[in-house]
Amino acid sequence: MLPYPLLSASLVIMWLALNGFSLGHLILGCVVAVFASWGMASLRPAKPRMPKWYLLPKLVGIVLYDIVRSNIAVAAILVAGRGRRFRSGFVTIPLDLQNPTALAVLAVVVTSTPGTAWLEYNSLSRTVLIHVLDLVDEAEWQALIKGRYEALLMEIFE
Amino acid sequence: MSTIEHAGDLPAWAALAVSFFLVIGASLALIGTIGFVRLPTFYERIHAPTLGTSWGTGGIVMASMIFFTVLSTRPVVHEILIGIFVTVTTPVTLMLLARAALHRDRAEGNPGVPREAPAQAEEGEGEAVTAE
Repeated sequence: MLPYPLLSASLVIMWLALNGFSLGHLILGCVVAVFASWGMASLRPAKPRMPKWYLLPKLVGIVLYDIVRSNIAVAAILVAGRGRRFRSGFVTIPLDLQNPTALAVLAVVVTSTPGTAWLEYNSLSRTVLIHVLDLVDEAEWQALIKGRYEALLMEIFE
Repeated sequence: MSTIEHAGDLPAWAALAVSFFLVIGASLALIGTIGFVRLPTFYERIHAPTLGTSWGTGGIVMASMIFFTVLSTRPVVHEILIGIFVTVTTPVTLMLLARAALHRDRAEGNPGVPREAPAQAEEGEGEAVTAE
């Protein structure tokens, strides 16, 4: 009946948040959620496992803080415009993370933080190529991604 | 909902908070757009709009949540969904564009673009592009 209980629950919550709570919408939302999760099941995606899901708020907190910080940094670079010289460049980062869901989360984190963009992941060499707008020290960025995000993601997902 | 017509009923503290977040969000989106026009290379340009998709969206979403929550005296939170969906879908288009650009640059043999990573990780390949 419910192959993906978490997905179905999120869909019901989303339906109620968008339409306002009423008995009719609760029933309609449940019907939508059940059919959507059947559709999802026929795609047979690997079921993501999060043994330490309670660490997620910590990750969200760290990421929100970093997004605020890098928003200010990137805005400063753009406002300063031609007055300030900056160096942008590519950084290759070897990753130990293999879980596809965890990699997707890392891609969202790296991309939604202004100033860093996730370009491509090479599953053969297990490296990711990112582009950094204000690149001062490559080793520093490798240490940041690995220490700040990857370690926590590995703890959550593996 | 005719809450917009009652915008004048908004208490001063809420009006202040709403304007604060609106101005922050709108300014970041504007700065991002200006950067998008002015930055010299493609790989630098993809960074600028992320201002709009992170705190640009975030600020406007916060303002909207405060405005409608205070006026309708019940929590209005569905704006959070906008934030979540924008955040989750941005990497998809960004990777699509970036990988297309990388592929083209590699095929054309343009300088300043790292080669496709070999099976063994090669560090320090970042050919820095100096920009003004």
